Amino acid sequence: MAKIVAVTGNEAVAEALRQINPDVCAAYPITPATDLMQRFADFVSNGKVDTELVLVESEHSAMSACIGAAAAGGRVATATSSQGLALMWEMLFIAAGDRLPIVMPLVNRALSAPLNIHGDHSDSMGARDSGWIQLYSENAQEAYDNTIQAFRIAENMDIRLPVMVCFDGFIISHSIERVEYIDDKDVKNFVGEYKEMNPLLDMDKPKSYGPLILPDLYMEYKRAQHEVMTKVKDVVLNVADDFEKLSKRKYGLFETYRLDDADIAIVILNSAAGTAKDVIDQFRAKGIKAGILKPRLFRPFPYEEVADAIKNVKALCVMDRADSFGAYGPLFIELCGVALHLQERPLMINKIYGLGGRDFMPEHAELVLNELVEISKTGKVKIFKEYIGVRE
Amino acid sequence: MKEPLWKKLTPGSVVLEAGSAVKFKTGSWRAFRPKFIEENCIHCLFCWMFCPDMSVIVKDGKMTGFDYDYCKGCGICAFECPGKKGNKAIAMEEEGK
Repeated sequence: MAKIVAVTGNEAVAEALRQINPDVCAAYPITPATDLMQRFADFVSNGKVDTELVLVESEHSAMSACIGAAAAGGRVATATSSQGLALMWEMLFIAAGDRLPIVMPLVNRALSAPLNIHGDHSDSMGARDSGWIQLYSENAQEAYDNTIQAFRIAENMDIRLPVMVCFDGFIISHSIERVEYIDDKDVKNFVGEYKEMNPLLDMDKPKSYGPLILPDLYMEYKRAQHEVMTKVKDVVLNVADDFEKLSKRKYGLFETYRLDDADIAIVILNSAAGTAKDVIDQFRAKGIKAGILKPRLFRPFPYEEVADAIKNVKALCVMDRADSFGAYGPLFIELCGVALHLQERPLMINKIYGLGGRDFMPEHAELVLNELVEISKTGKVKIFKEYIGVRE
Repeated sequence: MKEPLWKKLTPGSVVLEAGSAVKFKTGSWRAFRPKFIEENCIHCLFCWMFCPDMSVIVKDGKMTGFDYDYCKGCGICAFECPGKKGNKAIAMEEEGK
């Protein structure tokens, strides 16, 4: 029997980690992820899990310890945010390049400077090319569900890649929501026994991780790494199918909301998608065919599938809660890649919103949808990239 | 069709064969080579201890010379060598001279 509770996003994800009971967890506190690991540390202290919790002196060390433990042959998890992820940066590439199935909830928070502790996606977007699989979560339920599914995806014997489970700092991590917990035994069955691949602690078969690979082979290893990523979509969908049988909750590569017959649409990640859905309903009530596409799997990016989902849309706004200064937002750039797969592409605009935890309000979604109505009527885009919700 | 090389690689570039570093001969990196001057050697084995590779060859407790397949010519052995009466048993010489 599922249990219905009122919990924060951090609490829900800590609960998922308790149910999974990883072998090793190395972590360093950083707002807003601190509370997640603090709750997990309680489970360790109270004997609810038998995880070896390694309290290290920095996130660089946290990821390093996770890499060591995963290479040794353990099931490994950690969590971080913002500057913590930034400090892990060089180790992120090593975790992925060594093909180590580490699972890391990432509580999205803005990067300094200026110093800010609130939610935006600049941290995870900065790590998009590290070779990690990235899943995004709209609310506490999705963060909990994605964390459980992440272990199955990461540990699939054909994949063996680290997974980042992203959800918005404070908006989700610290707000109390209704969440359905799956029974402990069902989570354990779903995730299954950990299967090792080339563990260092197999003393009868000595091996080395992290060798020097010079120009004669480096490129071949990178080509192979890309190939693994092309297999991830199918694994994500298979795991989602199994998860639906268990939970009755359906997941895909992305979620569409009233998109099937939509003329105008918004592409938006994480918690802001929830706000936008309400506004879509209002526009639908006025007879305007509006819809939403909310990516779930951002790395690898499902270009063909997204292209198929938006092929009949006339005007599209891609909303980025992260910026690439002097360029379009990171999500918009992906949608430009999607457009390559379409004979006739929608007219596209890019809005940067919600940086450093700036609230995304229904009126912001209204502004965007009204502009899309105008663009679909006139066939003209005035400005490709604009900031919304900036104080005048 | 022949399977491309990149499809045959071990996941994560893990080396599954123990001791395979012996196949990677690094001696060609050397710009200076250590020269062993046997008459000045007191066989203290400081060179053997300090060598960051395993390029000092010791037989029966005696220093006998260098393994030039791996010695990168760092010169630590020559620096540490106490020699005999102020005369070093290891001298660094420029390669190719």
